[in-house]
Amino acid sequence: MSEAPPDLDAIVAAIADRAAPGEQVEAYANHAVETDVKVHGGSVAELTVAESGGVGVRVVVGGRLGYAWVGSLAPDLVAGVLDEARDNARFAAPDEHNDLPTAADAAGVAVAALDLWRDECTTVPTAEKVALALALERIATGLDPRVRGVESVHYGDAAARSAVASSLGVRASSRRTVSSCSVSALAGEGDATRTGSGFSVGRTLAELDPDRAAHDAVTRATRLLGAAPVSSRRVPVVFDPLVTRSLLGILGAAVNGEAMNKGRSMFLGRLDQPVAAASVTLVDDPTDARASGAAPYDAEGIPTRRNPLITDGVLCGVLHNTATARRAGVATTGSAVRAGYASPPGVGARALALAPGPRSPDEILRIAGDAFFVQSVSGLHSGTNPVSGDLSLGAEGLLIRDGELADPVRGVTIASTVPRMLRDVVEVGSDLTWLPGAAAGLTLLVGEMALSGA
Amino acid sequence: MDGRDDGPLIDRDVIERTLGVALARGGDFAEVFAEDRAGVTARLDDGRVEELSSGRSRGVGIRVVRGETTGFAHTADCSPAGLAAAGAAAAAATESGGAGRVAALPDRPVGPGPRAGLLPGTVAKDAKVALLERADAAARARSGSIRQVSAAYADGRRRILVANSDGVFAEDDQVRTRFTVTCVAEGDTGLHTGTESPGRTVGFELFDDVDPEEVARVAADRALALLRARPAPSGRLPVVLKRGAGGVLFHEACGHGLEADLVRRDASVFRGRVGEMVASPLVTLVDDGTYGREWGTFAVDDEGTPARRNVLIDQGVLTDYIWDLVRARAAGRPSSGNGRRETYRHLPMVRMTNTYLVAGADDPSDIIADTEHGLYCAALGGGQVNTATGDFVFGVTEAYLIEHGEITEPVRAAQLIGNGPETLRLVDAVGNDFDTWAGTCGKDGQGVPVSAGQPTLRVAELTVGGTAS
Repeated sequence: MSEAPPDLDAIVAAIADRAAPGEQVEAYANHAVETDVKVHGGSVAELTVAESGGVGVRVVVGGRLGYAWVGSLAPDLVAGVLDEARDNARFAAPDEHNDLPTAADAAGVAVAALDLWRDECTTVPTAEKVALALALERIATGLDPRVRGVESVHYGDAAARSAVASSLGVRASSRRTVSSCSVSALAGEGDATRTGSGFSVGRTLAELDPDRAAHDAVTRATRLLGAAPVSSRRVPVVFDPLVTRSLLGILGAAVNGEAMNKGRSMFLGRLDQPVAAASVTLVDDPTDARASGAAPYDAEGIPTRRNPLITDGVLCGVLHNTATARRAGVATTGSAVRAGYASPPGVGARALALAPGPRSPDEILRIAGDAFFVQSVSGLHSGTNPVSGDLSLGAEGLLIRDGELADPVRGVTIASTVPRMLRDVVEVGSDLTWLPGAAAGLTLLVGEMALSGA
Repeated sequence: MDGRDDGPLIDRDVIERTLGVALARGGDFAEVFAEDRAGVTARLDDGRVEELSSGRSRGVGIRVVRGETTGFAHTADCSPAGLAAAGAAAAAATESGGAGRVAALPDRPVGPGPRAGLLPGTVAKDAKVALLERADAAARARSGSIRQVSAAYADGRRRILVANSDGVFAEDDQVRTRFTVTCVAEGDTGLHTGTESPGRTVGFELFDDVDPEEVARVAADRALALLRARPAPSGRLPVVLKRGAGGVLFHEACGHGLEADLVRRDASVFRGRVGEMVASPLVTLVDDGTYGREWGTFAVDDEGTPARRNVLIDQGVLTDYIWDLVRARAAGRPSSGNGRRETYRHLPMVRMTNTYLVAGADDPSDIIADTEHGLYCAALGGGQVNTATGDFVFGVTEAYLIEHGEITEPVRAAQLIGNGPETLRLVDAVGNDFDTWAGTCGKDGQGVPVSAGQPTLRVAELTVGGTAS
């Protein structure tokens, strides 16, 4: 809504420059302009236009860490944040590892030249965004007579900037645009309703593929019509790329340096040991511009880089921010992340991907023979434990019979442990697909899991 | 960021002018929602108070509704000029020509509700930090197998003001406090976690009732029980839900499906079923935003409607859905006080508050004794539902086998799955005890505080997703 974007570099530098002797100060600021469209029944249900921003400040005095934030870039509110963080620092326990990142921590790795910004994302007229969402709904409802409507159709975009500055010489800023559309289709036959979703992501509206989103949603919903629970059994499982993407998130939490430091990872003590089948190679590479989470700097201004985590089945890397790295006696991997200005940096993956294997999804179905194809899972948060590795998820999908997708299935769970699944990986698909979120997906065949059903 | 800010969030005449701008280009309804929130979080981990964090956000969301279309804009710029710009942006989204009508606002807003006893802003930070250290010591004293303890204290004060073109003018002052302890226990079977996290819509007086040491002991014992846990069973079993633990099942299994926005989008299995028997006659389900000082309690909702008690299922019969203002206006009926939003940056939606199943007549110990072989669930870890199909899952984090009518060995975490309407019909015993559980309910990317409650009860059959053969 404002004409010129605020100067985030100046805002964070002004705060960092106020550091007192013996005090370390880091300021982070972000700003985003967003549009969000939801349509239903051929008309706009909701249209949101918004601008938001805020500042978060970390202060370390005598090894004590304090944090304060404000959800505004207004100078009068921003001015008070540093003092609030200073006050908070008085109550934390001192820790020798609580040194903020220095310019030396940021040196040594070249900053990736990433093209994450499209000017046109900020100039596309709202009417075109609405038109795309309406078209998506029209396509999805027209593809198959069994589609009786859509549960939701959404278009969203954002132009986001962020900046970090510290009294120890760190200076970093970046900007990116994102654009996405999604649809959830409702397919019905008799009393039964099944749902399926599809989406498309890019950096501006022109990069989106609404036809594909609609087609995916309709395929996913209609092929589940007639789904029923099947009897409990142990079966090989083929994961859809979307599900693989979600499962990688669990691995991301297990290779987290903070979890490792605190003894809360299923990979504790397993560094340089085999943890997976030899076909498994896992990398977190935020410098890959295709990833939604791509970024040249991490959340504390350290350049990102490609971090191998599992190579040919051997655990070879752990993700760290500066603080967790100091505690572990290693160097940061540029993996600081933050939920926004309202929380201090944590550790996390941005762009996890398995190295693709040689076989296509169809070939993998044929290899699987008689198995269970999992199209979607539910209960990821409540059903997985990154510490014990226990995993139990609600699942829907289709039985695979003689290498072909057969009867649709719902109302079952699949269970195993993550370490066991990693060892049981039989095939990694060739179909690497970048998806929204911090990981890419591909088709995955796991030897055996416990299916609980009727 | 203290407790002393008590003035109006926006002046009444600025609100009236902003509503005028919002409807200047047409529309049926306009609303100004202002919010000022401040909070403190303190975290202890690995034996140290790692950090104390505090923050504040303040802003205004403005929406304009014309027919089925809602235009929405929000801004952190609360000046009259900032409000006018946001009002114009929301109006542009729904432009129809002509001007909508703005009713006069009353002189004074409705609300707020009763004040918290001890506003968090008036409590010294070191008192908050001290609670964490007490919990850490208590958890570690429980057993040498406790390897890690993390504890968090969080408080938040949220002042809201809502005014709309129908003449609604209301405010509320919501204070919430929560205390969480998570323990990791280590043994021959690996690492296991246990969590306990009580929260209420009160200030620091929460700790008159909640003892940090006791919270720590519950979390520690939950992790320790898992050390000797067997793999969870697999397949269809009778499931007994301990009082309080299973409220989230009814939140997922049926509460979401009764939200009028999903019903209107044809995304609920309960559409068109008011007046029908949808559950066992033992089931009476209530959503009550006025219930005690529970985690989902408030005086007025985020559209200015006073909270109330709504009976959704009465002895098995579906009596009503829950409603927000916009959906209720379209249906020509009043809101049920269930219009909620995470922050001023979000549009309100139909949301639950405190959702509970009313106690019945059975003695809880008789319910267990009457179960030959089943699962006893003492703690759940949250869940998820597909409202269009009614299929739900929820995670069990503390559970025991029931063998020959007795609770025996602990079993490892597992997912339970079922179908909402089917599960409601399968409730075959309801106890005379009761307890509640506090959590965050997520919907369309917005999280709001809710509670769920229930007596000890039994579902004749649910699918348990364990790994035991």
